[in-house]
Amino acid sequence: MAVISPAVPTAAAKPRAGSFSALAAELWHDKAGLFGFAIIVLLIVLAFIAPLITPYDPALQSVAARLKPPVWMAKGSWEHLLGTDHLGRDVLSRVMAGARTSLIVGVSVVLLAGSFGVLVGLFAGFKGGRTDAVLMRLVDIQVAFPGLLMILLIVSVIGPSMTTMIVVLAITNWMIYARVVRGIVLSVRQTPYVEAAEVIGCKPARVIFKHILPNLTSPLLTLGILEFTNIVLAEAAMSFLGLGVQPPATSWGLDVANGKDYIFVAWWLITFPGLSISVTVLAINLFANWLRVTTDPQEREKRFARAKAAERRRAGRTAPTPVEA
Amino acid sequence: MGLFILRRLFQGFLVVLGVTLVVFVATRMVGDPAQVMLPLSATAEQRAAFEHKFGLDRPMAEQFVDFIGDLATFDFGESMWQRRPAMDVIAGRLPNTLKLIAAGLGLAIVLALPLGALAAIRPGGFADRITVFLGLFGLSLPQFWLGLLLIMVFAVTFKVLPTSGYGGWTHFILPAVTLALPAAARLMMLVRSSVIDELNQQYVRTARAKGLRFPQVLFGHALRNALVPFITLAGWEFISALAGYTVVVETVFAWPGLGLTAMQAIKFSDLFLLQAIVFTVAIGIVLVNIVLDVIYKLIDPRIKLA
Repeated sequence: MAVISPAVPTAAAKPRAGSFSALAAELWHDKAGLFGFAIIVLLIVLAFIAPLITPYDPALQSVAARLKPPVWMAKGSWEHLLGTDHLGRDVLSRVMAGARTSLIVGVSVVLLAGSFGVLVGLFAGFKGGRTDAVLMRLVDIQVAFPGLLMILLIVSVIGPSMTTMIVVLAITNWMIYARVVRGIVLSVRQTPYVEAAEVIGCKPARVIFKHILPNLTSPLLTLGILEFTNIVLAEAAMSFLGLGVQPPATSWGLDVANGKDYIFVAWWLITFPGLSISVTVLAINLFANWLRVTTDPQEREKRFARAKAAERRRAGRTAPTPVEA
Repeated sequence: MGLFILRRLFQGFLVVLGVTLVVFVATRMVGDPAQVMLPLSATAEQRAAFEHKFGLDRPMAEQFVDFIGDLATFDFGESMWQRRPAMDVIAGRLPNTLKLIAAGLGLAIVLALPLGALAAIRPGGFADRITVFLGLFGLSLPQFWLGLLLIMVFAVTFKVLPTSGYGGWTHFILPAVTLALPAAARLMMLVRSSVIDELNQQYVRTARAKGLRFPQVLFGHALRNALVPFITLAGWEFISALAGYTVVVETVFAWPGLGLTAMQAIKFSDLFLLQAIVFTVAIGIVLVNIVLDVIYKLIDPRIKLA
């Protein structure tokens, strides 16, 4: 008697759309997004373990080793791979330590501003009517504030520090979340399933957090990541102006500011910290771009259509091209 | 139209009131002006005299009424650093900032329109990929770093342009380019996506079908319709530059504008001058916003002014 072995289901071999491995495979195919993702992972790892692996203490000064050029220059040495600054501090160690500052400030500001903005947006969109009008008018008014100048004024009165910077940046950047969330809530409220939930008597909190909030995950994720790049740039700019992170703490913006007086003799002082900011922001932008396209059904459709069209072109021009709607 | 402007003026009034409130709370209740503006060695008597002179020893409510009264009469007090009315200092510096913004934003627009349209002709094509990458790159450069790199290359290494300061037209080039690049990147991305959308519209197909050449369709129809969102963003770029984003560029290039003055006011603990700058800019933003709304109305009659 022959035993019929059960056929291996071929469908199971293919990862389900939306599963983690499917996402990973998609990321693998988008080289720009993959590059961004790799840099982000590197940055996070660096932020956590930087104190353990930096060759020197980032604040350690050495008069004997002032303004040493990077290793590949004539006077460079292996002791300081990226050279040293005007106080003899190791540039590589400072660049590595700066990753932590950027990450801490970026994440705290996005979380603080994001949670406040999301709450305001949910509340305004859900309540509607007068509450909505008042809250959105407040948003309009604050958007028209002279942003950076007010930040400068407030910080200079209170006194610069990392905490001040985080709080001030959060206070001045929550409005965009409120606007985006409110817009989505207004459109989602019209859908039958939210109306049904309300009709069967769900409490407002349940409707907001169980039924409406999941719709916000994807746009909020993309918005949060893009805002993160803005905050990284803002942190660097404020530290560059001397109103952000204060020495002996390290920040890429602060390092560029320190190096700018030595621009004639030591190009590496401003180049490497500045490059770190640019590569970080570029990586996050590339990743966010991929994420937006991947999580947006409309964008997926467009991409699918493009891939199909390319397939057809490759298959030869014999097949009739379908009439577009 | 008249009613609309009146309503926007009222909203602008609320903005200025909000700025006033925040500045008052930050400077008088959270911070201590005497501590900021007096040297560390100041004695208790000097502090008391200072507080009495500027009315800082009176009740908060009374101070607030006074504060509003001064603003309403455009009396921003005297700049302690320059020893002349704060408004005079601002009047001397504001034109320089406006010139810089005009040069930078003009350059950004000149770059963004053709590049964005070029990228939109074939989305996903070679030109598109290059411009999108350049755009993302432009968005990722911190302005202060870009400025310093430009100084390093063009002023230090090749010695073709002045490093900083204000003077002839050569002094404009580096600051304007630094101010322009990130704005150009944002504007270019917007032109690209709106022209792509427009090129997919039915009227483009009709225009092509009746035999109009592609450049004519692109520039005469698609780009023209893409101008409405473009002007919105360009206006926003103008406002955000005015709102303080020239501070960084002016600091890097020692450009004697309002942003550099703000930084100097901070350095010299000149709180009154700094306050005056913030209010001037707030009023400027309100006015620019109203002008922009009127411009939208003129270029797109479909927009209702409410």
